[in-house]
Amino acid sequence: MPEIPLLDLLPSGLQTLTLILLKIIAIVTPLLLCVAYLTYAERRVIGFMQVRMGPNRVGPIGLLQPIADAVKLAFKELIIPAGANRFLFILAPIISLSAALSAWAVVPFGPDRVLADINAGLLYILAMTSMGIYGVIIAGWASNSKYALLGAMRSAAQMVSYEIAMGFALVGVLMAAGSLNLGEIVNAQAGGFGHWFVWPLLPLFVVYFISGVAETNRAPFDVSEGESEIVAGFHVEYSGMSFSVFFMAEYANMILISVLSSVMFLGGWLSPFEGVVSAETLASPLGSLLDSGFHWFVFKVALFLFLYLWFRATFPRYRYDQIMRLGWKVFIPVTLVWILVIGVAIAAGIGPWFD
Amino acid sequence: MNSAQRLIKTFLLWELWKGLFLTGRYLFAKKVTVRYPEEKAPQSPRFRGLHALRRYENGEERCIACKLCEAVCPALAITIDVEPRDDGSRRTTRYDIDLSKCIFCGFCEEACPVDSIVETRIFEYHGEKRSDLLMNKVKLLAVGADEEGRIAEDRAVDAKYR
Amino acid sequence: MVEQLVFYALSGILVFAGSMVVTVRNPIHAALFLVLAFFTTAGIWLLLDAEFLAMTLVLVYVGAVMVLFLFVIMMLDVNSLVMREGFSRYMPVGILIAVLVGLEIATVVGASQFGLDIVPAPAHHGAGYSNIEELGSVLYTVYVYPFEIASVLLLVAIVAAIALTLGARRRTRKGQQPNQQVAVNRKDRVRLVQMAAERSDLETP
Repeated sequence: MPEIPLLDLLPSGLQTLTLILLKIIAIVTPLLLCVAYLTYAERRVIGFMQVRMGPNRVGPIGLLQPIADAVKLAFKELIIPAGANRFLFILAPIISLSAALSAWAVVPFGPDRVLADINAGLLYILAMTSMGIYGVIIAGWASNSKYALLGAMRSAAQMVSYEIAMGFALVGVLMAAGSLNLGEIVNAQAGGFGHWFVWPLLPLFVVYFISGVAETNRAPFDVSEGESEIVAGFHVEYSGMSFSVFFMAEYANMILISVLSSVMFLGGWLSPFEGVVSAETLASPLGSLLDSGFHWFVFKVALFLFLYLWFRATFPRYRYDQIMRLGWKVFIPVTLVWILVIGVAIAAGIGPWFD
Repeated sequence: MNSAQRLIKTFLLWELWKGLFLTGRYLFAKKVTVRYPEEKAPQSPRFRGLHALRRYENGEERCIACKLCEAVCPALAITIDVEPRDDGSRRTTRYDIDLSKCIFCGFCEEACPVDSIVETRIFEYHGEKRSDLLMNKVKLLAVGADEEGRIAEDRAVDAKYR
Repeated sequence: MVEQLVFYALSGILVFAGSMVVTVRNPIHAALFLVLAFFTTAGIWLLLDAEFLAMTLVLVYVGAVMVLFLFVIMMLDVNSLVMREGFSRYMPVGILIAVLVGLEIATVVGASQFGLDIVPAPAHHGAGYSNIEELGSVLYTVYVYPFEIASVLLLVAIVAAIALTLGARRRTRKGQQPNQQVAVNRKDRVRLVQMAAERSDLETP
């Protein structure tokens, strides 16, 4: 536990509370900063893929753009449409963001670097991500707008369907790791590149990440926004800060899915060169980069986030019935079959993963 | 393609990878964007920008108030009033161009028998009030005086095509 | 002490939400209060170290069942005027039944059956205790038959539901077939024809 000055002066109950609050701040502040710069990265990367520059005016190479955007959104008027349910209209973005942020409580950033080291971590994350639907549904209904309602319906149906495939993919992970605790899942993958769960769980990994894209309502599964047919989906009626809260929730969810993919399939903070590089190289200042650590975690998460942006720049939007078909008729059977395969593999004790 | 082959391709996400590689290649492609205030796109000598009225080298206005430009203007942006000058020559007393009407078609320039009304290469002008975009004779002549060198050069380059 | 405070706060919210579910006029609000009730119940279960049950409650009921509920309610055109018709006429019977049910519940789950002296509050387990492991070991040993029978029952229900929808679909067959649409090739649909630019059968004048 880190030494914090003046903390000892508080009574013990308050001490724990202050420590937890400080930890939450230490997680949420960089997260929101990441959210802001993810929007910048998105515009930049998609711009580059479309052979243009992207934002490059505010600050050096446009680096201050997200801050300018945040200031702009913060000063915009918050319009509540006539006939909207005031309370629920305001509540919806709050639910969205709090669901997106609360899942971060169990995310391990390094060995023992986690806010709440609970046993049911995986379940907790599933439960919290499923709460995000309420933000969307309530927003759609409370806006008193047909477009918003249609968007909410679409995205609710989509999120419920893909949650099942996601859940099954996670079942495969917890079978392989033998634990629901995210830290233990990472530790179960120790031993270098070949020991990660991507290899035995490759189909589940693909299903999980694609379902994650669908779960966060990102392109190519963004029918809930569907600019061409329902304007902007569930958040048509939102403006200013309430809109930006939805926006933050979406990007926080993207980062969360990327983090989970890297924790569960790519060994989180573990280095791919574990067991390959000798101890002497690890001791040298440059060689220590090859050691397991937070930088590997960041690198893997960034990789998945880049995939998100790449997908958006590449794929056209799915039709609604195709999305449903993919979720129910392809992903769920694939995961079910692969869970059976994993069961057999565990019983047989195959490979470096299940022995 | 038989169905087994297709099934394999579907599960390997073959076509999705193809799409991803296409956009991935463009990520590193040279960007063609012109970063406007620092870089500018090349202009033709026939560029049609802000209008100007020219003078002869001896200082005499070229415009003889024939009103051809006013007649040809499709947007009705030009207004001309005429009165004989003291020395008996025909000159304008008023030559207005409403830039908020003008469509920069260049017909006035083409119609002018004495190369008086021309369109310069200036395109970065702005007006903060509506009246800033209503050009009168004084302003147009001032633009002409400022830009005469460039205007004459462009006319010379283009002369053999006219 | 803190635990008791949390318990009473959660129970207070739970009772409030539960009563709002049945009294509030707008069905959407009622459903949202039910969500709140589930959520606080999960909180109370957490106090009992039953984290697996709490998470599953949130995951299944809040995350899936209530979403579908809300879905259906939003689609329905509920006319509250018609629903309240004859309210005063049925009220005496309603109150009678309500009191009866209340009494029944009070006798079954009241203090005489579930008081602290009869069912003492479970002791807290250490940090190493895993609720999931305990649950799993009981579920797959002592209760394996009830568990398997329940899952087979659910499977039957799923199959039946799918069979019901499929039966209606097969008669009309108007739905799109995405797998066939995706499998289409250019050469199945497009035939390129070479033609002369002019018609040769016409005589030139």
